[in-house]
Amino acid sequence: MLHINGAEVKLQLAPWTSLLDALREHLHLTGTKKGCDHGQCGACTVLVDGKRINSCLTLAVMQEGKEVTTIEGLAKDGELHPVQQAFIDHDAFQCGYCTPGQICSVIGLVNEGKAKTLDDIRDLMSGNVCRCGAYVNIVKVVQEALERSEAR
Amino acid sequence: MKTEQIGKPSNRVDGRAKVTGEAKYAAEFNAPNLAYGFVLNSAIARGTIKSIDTSKALALDGVLEVFTHENRPGYVWGDKNYQDEDSPPGSPFRPLYKSEIQFSMQPIALVVAETFELARYAATLVEVVYEPDEFESDFNANMEKAYKPKKYKSTPPQDPRGKPEEALAEAAVKIEQTYAHPSEHHNPMEMHASTVVWEGDGRITVYDKIQGVQNSQKYLTNAFGLDEAHVRVISPFVGGAFGSGLRPQYQLFLAVLAALQLKRSVRVVLTRQQMFSFGHRPKTVQRFAIGASEDGKLQAIQQDVFAETSKFEDYSEDVVIWPGVLYKCDNVKLSHKLVGLDVYTPLDMRAPGGTTGIYAMECAMDEMAYKLGMDPLEFRLKNYAEKDQNKDKLFSSKELKECYRQGAEKFGWSKRNPEPRSMKEGHNLVGWGMAHGAWEAKQQEAEAKATLTPDGKLTVGSATADIGTGTYTAMTQIAADTVGLPLENVTFQLGDSSLPKSPLEGGSWTVSSVGSAVKAVCDKVREKLLDLAQQLENSPVANVGLDEVTFADGKISLNTDPSKTVSILDALKQNGGQAIEEKVTSKPVEGQEKFSPYAHSATFVEVKVDEDLGTVKVTRVVSAIAGGRIINPKTARSQILGGMVWGIGAALEEETVMDNNLGRFINHDLDKYHVPVNADVHDMEVIFVEEKDEHVNPIGAKGLGEIGIVSVAPAIANAVFHATGKRIRELPITLDKLL
Repeated sequence: MLHINGAEVKLQLAPWTSLLDALREHLHLTGTKKGCDHGQCGACTVLVDGKRINSCLTLAVMQEGKEVTTIEGLAKDGELHPVQQAFIDHDAFQCGYCTPGQICSVIGLVNEGKAKTLDDIRDLMSGNVCRCGAYVNIVKVVQEALERSEAR
Repeated sequence: MKTEQIGKPSNRVDGRAKVTGEAKYAAEFNAPNLAYGFVLNSAIARGTIKSIDTSKALALDGVLEVFTHENRPGYVWGDKNYQDEDSPPGSPFRPLYKSEIQFSMQPIALVVAETFELARYAATLVEVVYEPDEFESDFNANMEKAYKPKKYKSTPPQDPRGKPEEALAEAAVKIEQTYAHPSEHHNPMEMHASTVVWEGDGRITVYDKIQGVQNSQKYLTNAFGLDEAHVRVISPFVGGAFGSGLRPQYQLFLAVLAALQLKRSVRVVLTRQQMFSFGHRPKTVQRFAIGASEDGKLQAIQQDVFAETSKFEDYSEDVVIWPGVLYKCDNVKLSHKLVGLDVYTPLDMRAPGGTTGIYAMECAMDEMAYKLGMDPLEFRLKNYAEKDQNKDKLFSSKELKECYRQGAEKFGWSKRNPEPRSMKEGHNLVGWGMAHGAWEAKQQEAEAKATLTPDGKLTVGSATADIGTGTYTAMTQIAADTVGLPLENVTFQLGDSSLPKSPLEGGSWTVSSVGSAVKAVCDKVREKLLDLAQQLENSPVANVGLDEVTFADGKISLNTDPSKTVSILDALKQNGGQAIEEKVTSKPVEGQEKFSPYAHSATFVEVKVDEDLGTVKVTRVVSAIAGGRIINPKTARSQILGGMVWGIGAALEEETVMDNNLGRFINHDLDKYHVPVNADVHDMEVIFVEEKDEHVNPIGAKGLGEIGIVSVAPAIANAVFHATGKRIRELPITLDKLL
């Protein structure tokens, strides 16, 4: 039994099924991406109880009882999460494949509250590889998100 | 053409799909009763498979089949049937064709099962016995066997121009140096994948990661002897490719083979490790001998290139065209030889030939400028090429001097102390370097269709791709601009083999080629609309030609009196409830061949090198680009920024390392193959200089996918020299080479 994006889903899986494969292949939540399957690229980043994790490095069965949020669960009633909108406005992606992971990672980073400087942002976003090289624009999104969270 | 949409920094039209996870990539299309294939790769680099035992895998409940060279069906196995639009001369690799192993990690079996987990596990149970042969994987050790191919895939090296030997011998100042560029892998974030949907009546729909759906379609019809009408290839989104999707990759062949045999839908996704088992940027070694007069005029250039290829195809790329494009020099001698190794055939990777050739040449020219005691920028201005000397044609436009001026000013180049090791900040040696680059702005033949329905919605389509380059957005803008409709009324379709014919999405030619087709088909829609508008009673636009009206804001208005208008909706009402439908084939315009079309760039870089640790940080990059007309400054800037990040990767990080004991690229994952991450990227600035080009194509745009990368790596290498006084002539410049 998994809690995903506010809903309960019941699944029967081989015990060695990763959370990533459970999402993509069994639940057809393909917004979460597979880029390496080894925790080296961050494309599979999701939020578990608000913390960002690589969903390829955890088994689905280990996440029972926790709240998993994927890219599909961020927009509410058709309205984009501010970080999603900021990715569009700053053109912080090109091919879009690393984007869901980047977005979840930005939200996770803001929740962590550790990033204070530009270099902090760059370091703490370095687990999410963007081969198109949208980093300059991604950093702008993070800066904005941090400002928004401080204003709150 | 007025510029209502063109030139606007619009957000990507596919942005929402990409930030919500709705955009579907090749491995993400679902089908009922889908089976999963997992590829098994060869453990040796050369030899034969003596035996392959699949019984343990097949004994598992849920394993459907294991395809190998022993049980593969008898398709059309002639090698010509495996060629595709981007094949180099030679005999293409045929998966599962025979027991022979031609390269390490060659696919040797496809295990198909009910679930991915099961297929992956079953693949570990397949037992293979090999008979290994001697192999050749060491580039340097095989350079002496380098050969001139019978046929070049690239522009063949020109016959000597002028009197290079004499000019070189007589030159007052000379340099002779060798530069090496390693093998690199594209590593798009999305791994290559194909989902083949079995439609039940012999027809298949294939979702493929590819830069040209019609290339995959043609490949499949040839290789499997299928009817074109039975194979539809779809690829609406591509998670990066950078050239890796120019040729159909083996997962496509294997997935289709399994689907046809099992008569059910099959998905095959490669692993990140397997992404290192096909095409890559070839390792290249270049020897340069350059002569100049004492006052800094180039007298002679000799470039000798050695480049990696496979034993079965002669891959080559445009490494030797740059002496004719980048500098004025009357005496030039070129050679381009290939080193055949037991590897998979190299494959075009972002700015193929330019990334390697311009890197080496621009480093050599920096060395020459230093030897002459000239500022590198002044040296370049002194040897400015007004003509493409390869073709003896004027450039269609060339605002490189403006790139130099604006880039240097923004960067503060005039404050540079030319002395190496002259700038220091604490532990860090600071270096400033520059380089320039070029990339050809080709236009290919392309087709497009347009449908304008009575409700004023325009749909335009062509079978091109959007690999993150912004094709959807740029084409939507061109169409909206031409017909005078708001962006939201226009939809652009791509990535479907049933759409009108398009060239491969590569070579920076998509805006030029497909954009021209989109403009042409929309021009026909305009013609039809004006015709309809003139059929209105007392039409305010009666008796005028197309050049006397403007299409904007959903209206056709008279140029001489803009208050006289007909709305496009009213014009459409004259069409008896029918949509306007048009289709065109767009060819390069006449007269274009009189010019040589190139985009140009100038890049200025600051690096900080830790004197104790040898670590290099690229703290500032300014690139000024002359790319003709910019369709969308926002997405265009992103493309150039991406190229700059690639330049950092090439200069400092990327190298696929060949283990010559195994004949295998050994750092085959993203942990050991380093690509730039967020922390590697600091201040970056893109300048688009104004450049009007009336010859390049009807749009005046030159394409930006590759011009962003070419001058960055040499500028970094030159900055590292300025910082440290050390000339590293072998990329990547890692700390071990600096200490």
